[in-house]
Amino acid sequence: MSTPLLDPARPLTEIGGNLARRRRIDHFMRGGSMAAALFAVAVLGLLIATVVVHGASVISISFLTKDPAIGLGASGGGIASAIVGTVLLIVVATAIAAPLGVLIAIYLTEFATQRFARPIRLALDLLNGTPSIVIGVFAYSLLVVGGFHHQTGFAASFALAVIEIPLIARASGEMMSLVPKELRDASHGLGISRWRTILGIVLPGSLGGIVTGTVLAFARAGGETAPLLFTSSIFSGSTTLNIFGAAIPNIPVTILQDSESGFPSDHARAWGAALVLVVFILIGNLSGRVMLARQRRRYQAR
Amino acid sequence: MTEINIRSEQQVESSQPDTDATTDRPLAPLAVAAREGSSELSTEVVFDLRDVDVFYGSTLAVHGLNMKVNKNVITAMIGPSGCGKSTVVRTLNRMNDSINGFRVSGEVLYHGHDVYGSGVDPVEVRRRIGMVFQRPNPFPKSIYDNIAWAPRILGMRSGLDERVEKALRGAAIWDEVKDRLKGSALGLSGGQQQRLCIARAIAIEPDVLLLDEPCSALDPIATASVEELMQDLKRSYTLVIVTHNMQQAARVAERTAFFSLDVSGGRRAGILVEYDETEKLFTRPSDQRTEDYVTGRFG
Repeated sequence: MSTPLLDPARPLTEIGGNLARRRRIDHFMRGGSMAAALFAVAVLGLLIATVVVHGASVISISFLTKDPAIGLGASGGGIASAIVGTVLLIVVATAIAAPLGVLIAIYLTEFATQRFARPIRLALDLLNGTPSIVIGVFAYSLLVVGGFHHQTGFAASFALAVIEIPLIARASGEMMSLVPKELRDASHGLGISRWRTILGIVLPGSLGGIVTGTVLAFARAGGETAPLLFTSSIFSGSTTLNIFGAAIPNIPVTILQDSESGFPSDHARAWGAALVLVVFILIGNLSGRVMLARQRRRYQAR
Repeated sequence: MTEINIRSEQQVESSQPDTDATTDRPLAPLAVAAREGSSELSTEVVFDLRDVDVFYGSTLAVHGLNMKVNKNVITAMIGPSGCGKSTVVRTLNRMNDSINGFRVSGEVLYHGHDVYGSGVDPVEVRRRIGMVFQRPNPFPKSIYDNIAWAPRILGMRSGLDERVEKALRGAAIWDEVKDRLKGSALGLSGGQQQRLCIARAIAIEPDVLLLDEPCSALDPIATASVEELMQDLKRSYTLVIVTHNMQQAARVAERTAFFSLDVSGGRRAGILVEYDETEKLFTRPSDQRTEDYVTGRFG
């Protein structure tokens, strides 16, 4: 009818039944999933190693501080204009996106009923998932064709802001909803209006998360290339801050153009620019994540 | 004329305006032993609830509530879990407004004014009717700022230091925190935090203090200190306390309302079974359900 009863007095080290097979499967699956996880780490490691190997040789003070050498295939010079340009573009983009993103997060967590919050969250997720090249085309038709009639840094910043808004809104909203409801109740119970409660209790409590989300979005925007192709890709090599006047040199487009060139000196510059960009984004991401972890701990400790 | 037994099933609503329910008789100074002579209790009505039904969505949570709460009296609400006592107390200062589907019918009159009347801002209601919650919920700010934050926003900026001290003294916690006012409120013990929350509530000088199970997260010693504090506070404030601890109601309240769950007619709604002076409710209840509950024969 059933399997014979085991002898309970048998030593526990003795393997019985199908345990040996089950153990093998267990080990195999554990090993497989671990290998998959290591693979992801290895890819990142390999990527960084490749960029470092190819790019490190061109990195120098003058590479970081000089504009590109003039002339086809000219060697020497640096990517200062692109570094300045990229920072300028994403600073302006973040200056547009951060206030909007935080206001959206406030509306979603503090005011909206489920009926309104759900479609807005969905829209943010869809916006976040929209291919950046589509956002680039949108900014192109709206501001390059429609507005300025030529490429401008502002059009690029606008496109990057569209990419940043859902990131900042979702990250900020997540941290705001971690502020305990009891604190809002306490404030409301004192006859404090909702807006003052948000200013005095909710925002201070989630400030770290908001800053973190903004830093992560900042880093993300720094690496976006597609929108820049449409809005800020035809530029001279010199450093400029005139964001409404013309296209602004930037690192991603510099990498693209230099890598497509036939001259080895341009290739070297492309690798160097890639290394600068990777380091920039890694620093942004890591510092953002460290801040986020600190924030979470602070609230979960309560 | 004393407020007598108002029972939800029996009360016949008079059409007189509620101001008639108050008298001009000067209030006798409320001695600590006020409970001994019930006639000394104030009869000035602060809350007058008339045929109040509370709904969450389509669910009837509290049904047919008629009840008057008198000034400078500690009124306790007791009853089994889920009988709607917290709902009722949070209905008094519109703390339920933020809950989806919350709806009130009937009249909730506060000094004769409808709390849910058109044009009434819930912020103003809560400014007059303060609240202390089940779990101590100090702000993650300094002890000083916990007290001073609300007065500052409400425009009570002058003499802020004195106001903070007075509130902390009023909540019997001044001596424990006076040397660490700049320290975080989160570093205080549970009982201290709850007294800080009471200090925070009285710092803006409300008219009423609602306490929703204020001691349920506290140990017996902290509970004793909060109960003692309530006796001091009732000289200046009207107190309504929700508690699931019958002994606590018996210790602190002059009047007690017993709520229960009415499961007749296919619905489960909280009702007010009996409302009387505490001593009478616990020793000579007029309703069998009350007697079953206070003697521990319930359920």
